[in-house]
Amino acid sequence: MTSHEPIEAEPGATAASPDKSPALPTTPGVDQYHVDPALPAAGQPEHHDQAERQPKHRAPEVEGKRSFARAFREELWADNNFTVTLLAIVLALICGGVLMVVGNAEVRDQWQYLLYQPGKTIGDTWAFVSTAYTDMFKGAVVNPDTVNRWYWNMTTWQQVFYPISETLTNAAPLIFTGLAVAVPFRAGLFNIGGQGQAIMGAIGGGTVGLALSLPAIVQVPLGVLAGALLGGLWGYLVGVLKARTGAHEVILTIMLNNIAFLFLGWFILQQGIKDPNRSDAISKPIQESGKLPQLIPDPLLRANLGIVLAVLAAAGVAWLLKRGRFGFELRAVGHNPHAAATAGIKVGTTIALTMALAGALAGLGGTSVALGTAPALTVDMLGQIGFNGILVALLGRVRPWGVVGAGLLFGALQAGGNAMQTFSGVSVELVGVIQALIVLFVAAPALVKAIYRLRRSPAAAAQAGLAKG
Amino acid sequence: MNVELAVPEAYWTRTRKTGAVMIALGLLATIVFGALAGSENARFALGETVDGAGFDIPGTFGAIFFGLVALAAGVAMLVTGRYFGVLTGVALMGFIISALCWQMSVSPVSHTMPLGFIAAATFTAAIPLIFGSLGGVLCERSGVVNVAIEGQLLTGAFFGALFGTLTGNFWLGLVAAAVGGALLSAILAVFAIKYLVDQVVVGIVLNVFAGGLTAFFYEQVMRPDTDAYNFPGKVPSWPIPVLSEIPILGPALFNGNIFSYGSLIAVVVITIALFRTRWGLRTRAVGEHPAAADTVGIRVLGLRYANVLLAGLVAGFGGAYFSMLSTTGFSKYMVSGAGFIALAAMIFGRWHPVGAFFASLFFGFFGALTGFLNSISSPIPSQFLSMLPYLATIFAVAGLVGRVRAPAADGKPYVKG
Repeated sequence: MTSHEPIEAEPGATAASPDKSPALPTTPGVDQYHVDPALPAAGQPEHHDQAERQPKHRAPEVEGKRSFARAFREELWADNNFTVTLLAIVLALICGGVLMVVGNAEVRDQWQYLLYQPGKTIGDTWAFVSTAYTDMFKGAVVNPDTVNRWYWNMTTWQQVFYPISETLTNAAPLIFTGLAVAVPFRAGLFNIGGQGQAIMGAIGGGTVGLALSLPAIVQVPLGVLAGALLGGLWGYLVGVLKARTGAHEVILTIMLNNIAFLFLGWFILQQGIKDPNRSDAISKPIQESGKLPQLIPDPLLRANLGIVLAVLAAAGVAWLLKRGRFGFELRAVGHNPHAAATAGIKVGTTIALTMALAGALAGLGGTSVALGTAPALTVDMLGQIGFNGILVALLGRVRPWGVVGAGLLFGALQAGGNAMQTFSGVSVELVGVIQALIVLFVAAPALVKAIYRLRRSPAAAAQAGLAKG
Repeated sequence: MNVELAVPEAYWTRTRKTGAVMIALGLLATIVFGALAGSENARFALGETVDGAGFDIPGTFGAIFFGLVALAAGVAMLVTGRYFGVLTGVALMGFIISALCWQMSVSPVSHTMPLGFIAAATFTAAIPLIFGSLGGVLCERSGVVNVAIEGQLLTGAFFGALFGTLTGNFWLGLVAAAVGGALLSAILAVFAIKYLVDQVVVGIVLNVFAGGLTAFFYEQVMRPDTDAYNFPGKVPSWPIPVLSEIPILGPALFNGNIFSYGSLIAVVVITIALFRTRWGLRTRAVGEHPAAADTVGIRVLGLRYANVLLAGLVAGFGGAYFSMLSTTGFSKYMVSGAGFIALAAMIFGRWHPVGAFFASLFFGFFGALTGFLNSISSPIPSQFLSMLPYLATIFAVAGLVGRVRAPAADGKPYVKG
C-alpha cells in the first residue's frame, strides 16, 4: 500500500510552514522563513527541542527539554505537517482503493456474497487493490522483476531505470507549474493561470524548436528563453491589470487560460506552423536540434534536461525568496501590502514582476513539454499541467523544495498510473482523483487529525493560531 | 487586498471612455468593413431555415450604414456622457451587423442568415451557462466563492446519464443529476465552511476531483457497457402551440424542453427569492456582512450550507443538459470549460440572476455566431470569436467598461468570535 515512501518523504522535510491553511495567503508568519536553520534530514520528523509546551494529557511533572527519542515518539503521531501529509496520502490511497473496487465489475459483484464468503471477498479485494498499487509502484520507482532479470542478464540496465525516468519526465513540468503557483502565493496572489502561461510558453519554445535549424547549443537555449519570455509576458499582463485596476487575479487568470488555449488552437493551423503533410490540427514536428537533450541518450529513457532545469529553478526561487532583495519585497507585499507601500516598496511593480516571474516559470513548464516529450504542437499537448501545478504547489505548502517533492510524487503517480492501467486494467484517471484527494486532505489538516485522532503537535502548537484565521 | 483607487469625478467617465471605444469600432466598421463588403445582398431570414420570409440588405450599404450607426451611438455617448446601457447595446449591435453584412456579402457559400436558427442556437448554447451561473450566484451571494461550477456541471452530467440509464427513467436521471451536483457542493461546503480551507483552492481541487472521478467511472463502467450504463433517453420536446410560431424568438423560447423552460423559470424564481423574500434578504446580508447578520440572529453558517447545496442542485440539474440534451450519453470531460464561462457570465452579470441570464445569452450568442460564420466559411478565425466572452469578462473586472463588485464577504470564511 504505502509504495511511495521514497518520494513522499520530500514534502514533509520542509514542512515547518505554519501556512497550513492556504486560506491565508497574506498571513504566513514571519517565523515561517526563519524556522529552524537546522532542519532534520528528509524523512525524519522535526526535532523541536525548543518547544517547551507539553501536550495536555502528559503528566505535568515532566519538565525541561524533551529527549530526541521522546520528541520523535511524540511527533510521530501528532498533527505536524509531515505526519499530516503522509496520512493524507494514505487516506487518499485508501479512497482510491475503494474506487477501484467499485469500478471493477468482478470484485464489485463478489461483494454481494460478503456474508456467504467473507474470506474470499476480502481476499479478492485485497489481491486486486494491492496488485494495482504494486503495479503503480513498479511503474513509478523500480520493478524488482526487472532488476532480477537484469541481474541474470536477461534485460538491459536501461529497463531498470525506465520507471524512474518516466517519473522524472512527468515531474519536470509539474515542478515548474507548481513553482509558478507557489511564488505568487507568497506575495498574496493566487495564480490559477499556470495553464495559460504554460501554453504560451509552449508556443514560444515550440515555435523556436520547429521553425529554426541552428546548432543545438544555440537553438535549445533560445527555445527555452522564448518559452520563458512568452509565458512571462502572459503572467505580466495579469500582474499589470491587477496592479493598475485592482481586478481579481483569479478571474483574470481563468479568462486568460481560455484565451491562451483558443490562441494555441488558432496558432497551430497557421501557415508555416501547421504540418502540411497532415490533415489534422498538428504543427510541424519539433526539430531534433531544438529538443532538450536527454539525460541519458537512450530511446527508452525519456528523462531530459527539463527535470534538471526544474530543480535549478526551484533552487533559484528558494534563494530568491530567502536572500534576494526582490524576494524580500515580494514577501513583504504578501504580508501586508499597505505596510510594504509605507516602507517604500512599489507594490504595483512588485505584483507585476511577481506575476511575470510566475508566468516565466509556467512558460518553462510548457516549454519542457514542447521541447522535451511532445513530438509536435497540438491543442491538448499540455494536458492539465497548469491545474495540476496548483495541486503540486498546495501539497508542497508553497515552498520551493516542497514543490519539488510534491512534483516528484505527482510525477510518480502519473507514471505509476500508466503502468497500473496497462497491467491491472485500472484506468489512469484514478490518479487525478487520488491527487485531488491528497491535496484536499492536506488543505484541511483538522479533518486528517480528526480521522486519525492525532494528538496535538507540541512543535506545531505555537503555529496553530494561524490556521484558525 | 484590492487597493481602492479614489478617482475624482473627471470628464472621462466610463460612459465617455466606452463612447470613445465605440467611435473607434464604428469607424473601423464603416471604413474597413464597408470597403471589404461585396455588392451581393446579405439576407436575414426570419425562420429557422434559409428559406421563407426575410429581408435583404445590400452588402456594402449595410456594412457602411450599420458602421455609421455604431459611430453615431459612440458619439452620442461621448457628447452626452449618459445612457450607457442603451447606447453601448446599439453600438455593439451596429458593429456586429456591419461585420455580418460584410461577411455574408462576400461568402462563397451562403448569403443568408436564418435569424430564427441563430436565436434558437443562442438560447441552446446559453442553457448550461444559465444554470451554472445561477449556481454561482446562489453560492457567492451568501459569501462562498464557487469556482467548482465546472465540477458541478460535470457531476450532474455524469449522474444524469448513469442513473437515467440504471433506472430506465429519464426524469429520475434528472433528479439524480441535481443530487450529484449537490453532493459535490456538499464537499465544497464542508471544506470551505467547516474546515475554513480557501474557497478558491477547494473549488479548483474539486474540479480536478470531479473530472477524475467521472472519467474514471466512465472508463471502468460506462465504456465497456454503454447500453447498460450510459444510454439515458433524449429529452422530449414540448412546443407551446401558438407562441412557438412567432418569427425569430418563437422557436428559441417556446419550442423547448425541460431545460430551456426550467432555465427561464429558475431565473425568475431565484430573482424573486433573492430580492423579495426573507431568505433572500438574509442570504444577501450573510454575503455582505456576516457579523452583522449574526448579530441580528441569522444563522450564518447554516444559511451558507443551505445555499451552497442549493447551488449544487441548480448547477447539477443544468449539467444534465450535456449528457441528456446536447448528446445522448456521458463522455469524459464533456463540459470542457463551460463551467468557467458560466463563472465569467456570473461576474459579467454582476452577481445578479438577471444579469447572469443576459450574460449567458450574450456568450451563447457568440457561440451561435461562431458556428454560423464557420458554416459560411468566413475567414474570421472562429477561435478569436470564441475568445470574446473571456475578453469581455476581463474588460468587466478590470473596470474598463464599468467596475463590477463582488459581495463584500465573498470568499471570506466566517468564524463566530
